Amino acid sequence: MPFRSLSDIQAQLNAGERTAVEVAQLYLDRIKQYNDDLNAFVHIDAEHVLAQAQASDAYRADHEPRPLEGLPIAVKDIFCTQNGPTRCCSNILEGFEAPYDAHVITRLKEAGAVLVGKTNMDEFAMGSSNETSAFGGCKNPWNTDCIPGGSSGGSAVAVAAGLTPAALGTDTGGSIRQPAALTGLVGLKPTYGRISRRGIIAFASSLDQAGPMTRTVKDAALLTSIMSGHDAGDATSVADAPNFDWLTACEAKDMKGLKIGKPKEYFIDGMDEEVRAQVEAALKKCEDMGAEIVDISLPHTEYAVAAYYVIAPSEASTNLSRYDAVRFGHRCDNPEDLEDMYARSRDEGFGDEVKRRILTGTFALSSGYYDAYYLKAQKVRTLISQDFKEAFEKVDVIATPTSPIPAFKSGEKTEDPLTMYLSDIFTIAVNLAGLPGLSQPCGFAQGLPVGLQWIAPAWQEDKILAAASAYENATDWHNQHPKEFGGET
Amino acid sequence: MSWEVVIGLEVHCQINTKTKAFCGCSTEFGAEPNSQTCPVCLGMPGQLPVLNDEAARKTILTGLAINANINLESKFDRKNYFYPDLPKGYQISQFAVPIVEGGYIDIPTKDGEKRLGVTRIHMEEDAGKSMHEGLDAVSHIDLNRSGIPLMEIVSEPDMRSADEAIAYLKQLHQIIKFLGVSGADMEKGQFRCDANVSVRRKGEPLGTRTEMKNMNSFRFIKQAIEFEVLRQIEIIEDGGEVKQESRLWDSVKNESRSMRSKEEAHDYRYFPEPDLPPLRVTQEEVDNIKAGMPELPNQLRKRFETEFGLSAYDADVLTQTQALAQWYEALVAAHPANPKQCANWLANELLGRLKELGKDISESPISAQALASLLDRIADNTISGKIAKDVLDAMMESGKDVDTIIDEKGLKQVSDTGAIDSMIQEVLDANPGQVEAYKGGQDRLFGFFVGQVMKASKGKANPAMVNQRLKELLG
Repeated sequence: MPFRSLSDIQAQLNAGERTAVEVAQLYLDRIKQYNDDLNAFVHIDAEHVLAQAQASDAYRADHEPRPLEGLPIAVKDIFCTQNGPTRCCSNILEGFEAPYDAHVITRLKEAGAVLVGKTNMDEFAMGSSNETSAFGGCKNPWNTDCIPGGSSGGSAVAVAAGLTPAALGTDTGGSIRQPAALTGLVGLKPTYGRISRRGIIAFASSLDQAGPMTRTVKDAALLTSIMSGHDAGDATSVADAPNFDWLTACEAKDMKGLKIGKPKEYFIDGMDEEVRAQVEAALKKCEDMGAEIVDISLPHTEYAVAAYYVIAPSEASTNLSRYDAVRFGHRCDNPEDLEDMYARSRDEGFGDEVKRRILTGTFALSSGYYDAYYLKAQKVRTLISQDFKEAFEKVDVIATPTSPIPAFKSGEKTEDPLTMYLSDIFTIAVNLAGLPGLSQPCGFAQGLPVGLQWIAPAWQEDKILAAASAYENATDWHNQHPKEFGGET
Repeated sequence: MSWEVVIGLEVHCQINTKTKAFCGCSTEFGAEPNSQTCPVCLGMPGQLPVLNDEAARKTILTGLAINANINLESKFDRKNYFYPDLPKGYQISQFAVPIVEGGYIDIPTKDGEKRLGVTRIHMEEDAGKSMHEGLDAVSHIDLNRSGIPLMEIVSEPDMRSADEAIAYLKQLHQIIKFLGVSGADMEKGQFRCDANVSVRRKGEPLGTRTEMKNMNSFRFIKQAIEFEVLRQIEIIEDGGEVKQESRLWDSVKNESRSMRSKEEAHDYRYFPEPDLPPLRVTQEEVDNIKAGMPELPNQLRKRFETEFGLSAYDADVLTQTQALAQWYEALVAAHPANPKQCANWLANELLGRLKELGKDISESPISAQALASLLDRIADNTISGKIAKDVLDAMMESGKDVDTIIDEKGLKQVSDTGAIDSMIQEVLDANPGQVEAYKGGQDRLFGFFVGQVMKASKGKANPAMVNQRLKELLG
């Protein structure tokens, strides 16, 4: 049961084999049992969870079940929720309780979901290992000495260890796909503009996008279909976005006629050889299923990380200005004057990585440097989009490794931010171009999960859902789960 | 050597939308502190701005009224700085590509019209208000104003005196009120001005400028500029250098003081606002806005002069507000015989009386129709112009129509020759000495007889007839 997919649980609920309360209780028990070891959740309100489940059972008694009726879903601490704290795993948001739900939270609630709790994350989503959380890092259930990836590490661990069947993350430079890859899950970052950002605490506005982390491709499609759609409260949420039937898109059984681009820049020296071998094997499998593998080039890939680490901190430096201790959150004791209140409150409230990025961004935007950094980075961004556009004239989808390496040991890279930034080297370009990307499990390296990343043109998530579903159907990687947290199945 | 003054002005004008620039909060003035706020204008985590189209429409209208170009695609930027009344830590503004660029305003000067350039108009959001008074050692913040839409109207440095600056501001103020895009109430801070002032010896390059911040009265702006000009000239003549700085005008002490110098000036780190897509409007939308534009004061003035034969002075008075101009046109429509007389009676008599009551033309107790009937009674000799003024007083007070008042008070003009002749005869009989003197050549006494006759008739005798008959009877 703990490792069942949403659709399996849904089938059981619909068949009357279990109630939403039973399902919720099962996961609450597992959270109780394992969360101290894993630190996946930073806030749980069991009573509230059961109350939602009861309400769902009551609803089901009188109505046709809604699309997510009674399904437990955990959310990253970056989503504002009216119930309980929302802190983005930062001390600066000490005591903050949002008086509103994020738009996607409202959608999930309206679809009948049971919200399980808030999951751990890198502070303000800045990190690739979940080690910058103010509440401490969380552990990879496949090897608890290792990090689970980040920044949506808590959501990844919660699903991977069977503490919830699905969770929401956000992806600014790979923060859904990379931890999904490192913990053996499906993680989808939809096209920028498909899902409203309202009520999601901003990191880098032009890159952030929410998405699901699930056990199966179909579950990811199900959740995304609920989360997506125009929101008049977010000017970057696209009205009349091209759409399709999300669940039908997951019914592909083979890959006949599918042209898969294999970019040479994503199979580089220095990447883990086992990871490379697993992804190559996955592509071979796709070929066996009828796909054609086409060698392509995305020539500006090498500049993506540099451009990202100018643009994202620039936006973050101003997005985080609102944490000024005036209206909410942490305020230092006995400030001498206004300057002192700002400086000390922010110094005490923000962790090192967040400060590093605020400073980087402030510098990049400062007068005299704007053209050399921010403007230049935006030009690179345009070139990267152009690369993808040209590639998609030749192929339907692109396949790459999600991460160049499997999960590394906790503490191994914390002293070297630049090496850490390279963890996202294969995911970042997708955000810069605003494209959809999906990671799914495709094997193991050193006993740790390896992720296969699919990239499609904007608004064509159906293409990657079809490819990923066909692959999932033909393989068994998604049915593996960490033995240490086995429980009963 | 003579000095030349160079002045450029930045006007911040609140746009009178019902809701704020980027959220649905009310913009009404004077509500309980922080009662008109929501998570968006409070800068709460995760909240996003959505542009109020009405603010854009009104900015475009203003741009069209000052003959400017409308950018069909403009962009929003963030202007970053920390201040407690700025909830997000940045203000959403337009920096690189504003919605309006390159217009002008013509002002009257003694050497004829002068054209003053307007560099740009951009949209931005207002900040909140910090309150320090009466709260010992703590400051409070009212964020009701946070997010109210503003137009920032930036002029070229084309003004050469405080008087030109004031003429520009008054013209702009008037246009904005005509367009109905802002209440432009200066006391409520809806129309505020920063003045950039520098001086140079004629022919030399521009001098160092200072910026006088946030003034909201024409009188203070004039005083501040004049003070600043003298201060700068004095510094230079004493061999010193003007410091580039922001200054505040202290209207109590009648002097300016330094606010912050360039060294501590902010680096605003402008960059494109990623939460808002570029603002796109079509030429068709711009044309539609243009089609709905009211007649502007300059056009109205010229039309009043040519169509109604008004003096430049009268035309100016009657185009001060749209309501007044419309009232005048209604009056002329109801009494088309004499537009000039209409102007006199409106500008001198009615406005004078309204002013004493502290009322606006829109609050006039009598209608244009009613004033027109009063003028009709003068024209048809029912009453004299002098009596008409008393009738107007009575109309203002009671609201009764002109004929009722004339009847009730028995003010009908006496135009009957017999009655007038007998009144004249009585006066002549009572003043034999003066009759003698007049006949002896003292022509000035004619006025005395007229006055006596009018007095005897209690002002009701037709003055033209009195004149005529007096001449005849005095022989």
